[in-house]
Amino acid sequence: MSETTVRPGQEHYVAPLDTTPLAAVDAVDESTPSASLWGDAWKQLRRRPLFIVPSLIIVLLIVVALFPSLFTSVNPRYQELSRALEGGSEGHPLGFTRLGTDVYARLVHGARASISVGLITTAIVVVVGGVVGALAGFFGGWIDALLSRLVDMFFALPLILGAIVMLQALQGRNVWTVALTLSLFGWPQVARIMRSSVLQVRGNEYVTAAKSLGLGRFSTLARHVLPNALGPVIVIATISLGTFIAAEATLSFLGIGLPSSVVSWGGDISNAVPSVRTDPWILLWPSIALSVTVLSFLMLGDALRDALDPKGRTR
Amino acid sequence: MTEPTSTPAERPVGGDAPLLQVRDLHVDFSSGGKPVHAVRGVNFSVYPGQTVAVVGESGSGKSTSAQAVIGLLPGNGKVVGGQVLFDGQDIAHASKKEFVALRGRHIGLVPQDPMSNLNPVWSIGFQIREALEANGLAKGAAAKERAVELLEEAGLGDAARRAKQYPHEFSGGMRQRALIAIGLSSRPRLLIADEPTSALDVTVQRQILDHLDTLTAEMGTAVLLITHDLGLAAERAEHLVVMYKGQVVESGPALEILQRPQHPYTQRLVSAAPSLASRRLESVHRAEVVEHAREHAVEAHERVAGGTHAAVGADTATPNVIEVRNLVKEFHLRGSGLRGETLRAVDDVSFSVRRGTTTAVVGESGSGKSTVAQMVLSLLPVTSGSVLFDGVDLTELDRKQLFEFRRRVQPIFQNPYGSLDPSWSIFRTVEEPLRVHGVGDAKSREARVRDLLEKVSLPASSLRRFPNELSGGQRQRVAIARALALNPEVVVCDEAVSALDVLVQGQILTLLNDLQAELGLTYLFITHDLAVVRQIADDVVVMEKGRLVESATTDEVFESPKQAYTKALLEAIPGGSIRLGA
Repeated sequence: MSETTVRPGQEHYVAPLDTTPLAAVDAVDESTPSASLWGDAWKQLRRRPLFIVPSLIIVLLIVVALFPSLFTSVNPRYQELSRALEGGSEGHPLGFTRLGTDVYARLVHGARASISVGLITTAIVVVVGGVVGALAGFFGGWIDALLSRLVDMFFALPLILGAIVMLQALQGRNVWTVALTLSLFGWPQVARIMRSSVLQVRGNEYVTAAKSLGLGRFSTLARHVLPNALGPVIVIATISLGTFIAAEATLSFLGIGLPSSVVSWGGDISNAVPSVRTDPWILLWPSIALSVTVLSFLMLGDALRDALDPKGRTR
Repeated sequence: MTEPTSTPAERPVGGDAPLLQVRDLHVDFSSGGKPVHAVRGVNFSVYPGQTVAVVGESGSGKSTSAQAVIGLLPGNGKVVGGQVLFDGQDIAHASKKEFVALRGRHIGLVPQDPMSNLNPVWSIGFQIREALEANGLAKGAAAKERAVELLEEAGLGDAARRAKQYPHEFSGGMRQRALIAIGLSSRPRLLIADEPTSALDVTVQRQILDHLDTLTAEMGTAVLLITHDLGLAAERAEHLVVMYKGQVVESGPALEILQRPQHPYTQRLVSAAPSLASRRLESVHRAEVVEHAREHAVEAHERVAGGTHAAVGADTATPNVIEVRNLVKEFHLRGSGLRGETLRAVDDVSFSVRRGTTTAVVGESGSGKSTVAQMVLSLLPVTSGSVLFDGVDLTELDRKQLFEFRRRVQPIFQNPYGSLDPSWSIFRTVEEPLRVHGVGDAKSREARVRDLLEKVSLPASSLRRFPNELSGGQRQRVAIARALALNPEVVVCDEAVSALDVLVQGQILTLLNDLQAELGLTYLFITHDLAVVRQIADDVVVMEKGRLVESATTDEVFESPKQAYTKALLEAIPGGSIRLGA
């Protein structure tokens, strides 16, 4: 480093103090309102159409499922064979099915079956898969080895095929048996996601800090690890809710899902198949309802993924 | 001004015109709503063959300015005003194509992180060859040969074999050498080095920078060095540019700025630069602190007396609160063969920590210093040897005694972004230790949390905030408050200030020092930074590759180091040789 003469443009320059006022070192910015991670996610979500539109549809669907009588007073099981395959008319906007039941009324009442199978299945899957995944990820070692192999075994069984085999063997099919069957083959996916998410969170220093506070292992898992590992699970749960509804419809279409005494979109699609060439609209309505429902959950899942896991965002 | 028509490569090195001139540069980032002015009216010039350092803390705009020069601003960043003259031509708004022609061939770059800037699936030789071929300098066999030459030049022994290896086979320092080889492969006239050594150990840092100096001097390459370390900048550069909040607050000849800083911010930086400070921070007389610590220990004994802890509580507090005896830790690595390999991370280490003082364990990465800390915290079982806390072997504690031990020894970790649970508010975080140990009722706990936040000088309004709203230094203060909540006797600081900016680092060290005096704390300070040691420690334990190299008082170690390794560490402190003005 030789001392040379100062070259033009490199003279000693000192900025006037007023252009860059000196702030206290590391002062807390007290002007902004406080916001938690979840609060931030919500703030981001509530402005996004990808979140708003599916949420509104899902809320509407839930209201329909809970109170179908608000939307129609027609009995979905009442058959007027004389009006079979008749088009829309006063009081019967979408016309009649092949068996003379009201298409609109069946559409409204069918929401309950789909939504309840979806919700029940998702709830079971999240609890079972979440617990298994969390234990495997957090404790590691032989617990992980054992649970992970179990997960792998179930993962190898395809959802629909497994459900077909199971339901055929079962007597007395209803919403619960269908939901339980779907759960049996659906939980491994949640378990895997939960395990990798917990593994990631477990390595953080705040988990070590909790340990050195003397906090027990289960308390650490419940208080520090799970809340931070939940994001990806919520996303996958929302998306699978859609796929479970589709799976239920598939099973009902094949005649081994919900019995015909339960009004369901899958069953209606199945019943409409023989007349698809002459009257395609009977098939069309339950299909649209089903697609919109499934799509809404998939879209909601995507929106949640963006908000909860900014890394997965493409752009 | 030079002729803009002639190509830059033909011109002789060391002309009178600046090679790079940045004039009134403005860079904005758009993030959601309002644009953020990251760089505001920056001016500086670099002459051919000269080294210019841009110094500033994180967020000062130093890296952004460099990225604007080489056209590598992130997608949401944009040059909104001013000029960047490279060889007289304005490249501030050059097209992608023009930048591609410029980069590598005329302006080289050595990036910050050697770990992520090499592609793990290609061999080192291939990646250098790629740079040569992209700039049309050599092809095929010639490029292969040249790559080996370049690696040799960057100071890697056995370059022909090294060129065939992959990044994971290289250490951090070797990777950085490979990146330097790539950066200099086409003999650029300007090399931008963005924090080239901040991820490396000090002794490696020194070797790499020395080598870079030699190379660029031989080639006549100008260097734009971006760094947060004022000492390092002053040692390596002729001209300094100090940035603060996106603006240049002071610039000029390096020595002059260091010895006669005029802007208050620069003055602050110079006085805080740990590599330049020379004294242990003093708040009260050391003897008083030690006495206070003894009283604190006696109180702690009284607190647990009456319980079942007669074994833990000796009659009087021992002068050595922690004694580490022949400590060994072995890890079994998965490897070839059935048994795998055994790594001796800590090898026969013994030292003691005097009550009321600070003992620093110093070493580079892989020295086993953090493993020692983990064992002292009883977070990791020992392989052999023992850790005695207040005269009692940690391995002999039962569950209940261990729980009580946790109350008396608390850690502060390195990473301010990982040590606080992001979903917990600051209040809950600091309250947790009290809750876990069942201290007081809800009301008294809240009062205690408020008191703790005040001690670490955080405003009461931060109670309801979440970690993501706080800066690194503020989070570290929260971590300190959490560690102090239970009134511990010993605090183990594992690289507690390493991730912080210089000024914030100084502030936290002062805080820790004041708290030691106020609360009679004993610190075990794990660090790689000898400059920090000088400011805070009374005793030093130097470790290398799991072994204890030297252990003495701080003054002894700094004034008359006995071991060659300690000397090498001391010499590697950047800026250590520069004398400051009054």
